[in-house]
Amino acid sequence: MYVIIVGGGRVGYYLAKALLDEGHEVLIVEKSATVCEVINDDLGSVCIKGDGCEASVLTQIGTGRADFFVAVTGDDEDNLISCQVAKHKFKVPRTIARVRNPRNEGLFRVLGIDVAISATNLILEQIVEEVPTHPLVHLLEIRDKGLEIVDLRIMHEATTIGKAIKDVKLPANTLLLLLVRKAQQPVIPDGNIVLAADDQIIALVEPRLEADLRKAFQGG
Amino acid sequence: MNVIIMGCGRVGARLASLMDKEGHQVTVIDLDPNSFRRLESSYKGNALVGNGADAVMLRRANIQTADVFLALTQGDNRNIMASQIAKEIFKVKKVICRIYDPLRQEMYAEMGLESLSPTIVFSDMLKNMIEGKK
Repeated sequence: MYVIIVGGGRVGYYLAKALLDEGHEVLIVEKSATVCEVINDDLGSVCIKGDGCEASVLTQIGTGRADFFVAVTGDDEDNLISCQVAKHKFKVPRTIARVRNPRNEGLFRVLGIDVAISATNLILEQIVEEVPTHPLVHLLEIRDKGLEIVDLRIMHEATTIGKAIKDVKLPANTLLLLLVRKAQQPVIPDGNIVLAADDQIIALVEPRLEADLRKAFQGG
Repeated sequence: MNVIIMGCGRVGARLASLMDKEGHQVTVIDLDPNSFRRLESSYKGNALVGNGADAVMLRRANIQTADVFLALTQGDNRNIMASQIAKEIFKVKKVICRIYDPLRQEMYAEMGLESLSPTIVFSDMLKNMIEGKK
């Protein structure tokens, strides 16, 4: 596969390294000549100096035959525009942009970027997962279907403790996939199971109904 | 009309002052508070410090009620991104974007973004002057 990476910072560098190790063809476009030199000394001739938003630069490096176009500069505007140029002018099938300001994650998708990744959001989710007081954790987003899989914990103060699952009013289109209880085999949740503190429920839900789902299980 | 201008450089400040004089409701946004000194002393509109390529900032500038949004900073990419936010997210009726790079301007024009390249406009003008055309 031919992958073009815009931005030779830490993310670009380690991404290029990983892809090269897997045997892919990789090219980095980087504005700074010094950064280019360091990368070329390290990884072989894989970096060219230039502006990844400029059509002339992208023509020169054969963007038309690229399978992936990844923009990971530290600047949201540059990442957005270079991906849009790759997509519209060069018809690259898949464009991936790094997003610095988490607010731009949704915006980039609306504006046609195939995948927008916010490092801030990823780190936040990771941290939240490690904080046991948080009742709902995102496990997986199924983007094209508008669904996500979440991990719900029944907190000690939840008013649903002692209630049967069938008495919990779930938001529309929510599926309970798995119930995990300490020192027990995980089971597919059955309506008659009575909820206990520290139960963990894996559920499929529409992201916009996430707060309703949390409320349904915490009660109060 | 309610007009939002991002970028209070020479063009942005002049346009803001002109529109303000004609009685329009004008808001200028710029990252640098010093840039507002370019506004005429009679300017009665708003001046906000911040990044116009940010939805939260635009909301603070009351973009929901704006009739026109102009992106006139020095950065092509910033202008393009802000214009797309104004057009696609806030559905502003008239969005005009300055893009210096002719190739980029051409592409975004194809994509339906109303844009102007000063590079093209000015060089065409100069050529016509040299050739003695109007």
